[in-house]
Amino acid sequence: MAENNRAVLKLKEKFAASIIDVVEFRGEVTVTVAKDAIIEILSFLKQSLQFNQLTDLTAVDYEGKKEDRFMMVYQLLSIPHKDRLRIKTPVSEAVCIIPTASQVWKTANWLEREVFDLFGIVFDKHPDPRRILMTEDWVGHPLRKDYPLQGPDREPYKGRLS
Amino acid sequence: MANTETMTLNMGPQHPSTHGVLRLVLELDGEVIVKVTPHIGFLHRGVEKLSEHRTYHQILPLTDRLDYLAPMSNNLGYILAVEKLMAVEVPERAETIRIIMAELTRLQSHLVWLACHALDIGAMTVFIYAFRERETIMETYELISGARMTSNFFRVGGLSQDVPEEFVKKVSDFIDSMPGYLDQYEGLLTTNPIWLKRTVGNGVISAEDAIEIGITGPALRGSGVDWDLRRDDSYAGYDKYQFKVPVGEKCDTFDRYKVRLIEMRESCKIVRQGLDRLKPGPVLADCPQVCYPPKESVYNSIEGLIHHFKIASEGFAAPEGEVYQGVEAPKGELGFYIVSDGGNKPERLRIRPPSFVNLQAIEQMSVGSMIADLVAVIGTLDIVLGEIDR
Repeated sequence: MAENNRAVLKLKEKFAASIIDVVEFRGEVTVTVAKDAIIEILSFLKQSLQFNQLTDLTAVDYEGKKEDRFMMVYQLLSIPHKDRLRIKTPVSEAVCIIPTASQVWKTANWLEREVFDLFGIVFDKHPDPRRILMTEDWVGHPLRKDYPLQGPDREPYKGRLS
Repeated sequence: MANTETMTLNMGPQHPSTHGVLRLVLELDGEVIVKVTPHIGFLHRGVEKLSEHRTYHQILPLTDRLDYLAPMSNNLGYILAVEKLMAVEVPERAETIRIIMAELTRLQSHLVWLACHALDIGAMTVFIYAFRERETIMETYELISGARMTSNFFRVGGLSQDVPEEFVKKVSDFIDSMPGYLDQYEGLLTTNPIWLKRTVGNGVISAEDAIEIGITGPALRGSGVDWDLRRDDSYAGYDKYQFKVPVGEKCDTFDRYKVRLIEMRESCKIVRQGLDRLKPGPVLADCPQVCYPPKESVYNSIEGLIHHFKIASEGFAAPEGEVYQGVEAPKGELGFYIVSDGGNKPERLRIRPPSFVNLQAIEQMSVGSMIADLVAVIGTLDIVLGEIDR
């Protein structure tokens, strides 16, 4: 199924070397690509395949579970074709920087600020690289797995969480 | 010689027309806005972080508290995502009641939007009228779930309980009278010269710009983009219902107002179709691995009690994988992205809040206009800070 997806076909044709993985789960197609080609691939998807809306942009922390700690996730939507596509790209903890997608979609501006705020991934050439939800003097990035749920300066909760 | 220095003015976070705790730093040239810098996060409660430490059933009450004006839409988005992950089929009665409630929620949310939007602009009468109708929906909430706002009524696999007998009559009466009330609001606003002066040509954003900056929901349709997830990426059985999707032309605040009012009329039609489809039957899927047992069996049998205890304490293990589910919430596309590592808690739960993305357009929509027009723009974007800050 995933092989017949219109975007996957085109991506395989044009960026064969950069595609790491193509997965289909519950009817949703996810393409994992290399970080170096991410902006090129996103621009191609927007310009040539009409994925005109960036629905969401976020990150996942796989601390200790995957070789590269973070995974950037881009949820794309094509309004003319009425389909969705998910693009993922691994980001390592050592080189925790990725080019900004706000040059492709303006939506990415705030979404990337949020990822920077909560995960500490830096966006290269971001137009407004500030924190967004936490205060500007906040230390740490709350959505990282090694950040304590109770906050940094409090005793861990001893009761039942779930 | 004219002084050309700009002035910086702070607006909010405690300001009646910022709809919660939004803080805007305005740069002004006289009364004309040169730059708007929104500051958000005052209501950040770490819902996404909390969700990583709770089982799938325990996350549901957190979703009520995102967009607190549309709790059932949030519930719906979340449970649909979990149901997609678990591949659970929902019984027809539960599906129908979900749609009825989701549309009543849309009405409720739009009523609050209309009330506050009009009040911000100076029309107080509409506020009182719209809150009167909202009260009936709140009573319906209370009737079926026991709570007026944080309903927590849906469950993975169906509903927490069946609706009481009075439900159908209450909703039916309300839906019959609602178009008349909408005429009342329109009578007060649609041809009102003050309303027209304040909304026509205000906060214009073209269709291309709106898509580019990620606007969804009524604000996108007001810009002339014919896109509604209920129709174009159907979920929860919306494909069985007939409704029109209103689209604006002039991309301004007045068109967004018209779109929302027509949407309310269409919602009434969907609820009516739902009531006609409502047939007796189970409201929870027969899927003991995932769903809570019915209350009768919990109270009257040891097996049911053990089952309830197991689901409540351990939850259920989800298969490894990731799903995204977007729903057409009253404010736009509300998305839930769940990454599961095979355990009973999500590895990551991402909430795609419509208000957060829509608010990003505020600068584009308000630069060059007056401060009073900015208030109209905040109203027309229909933001809820509980959802923006999460």
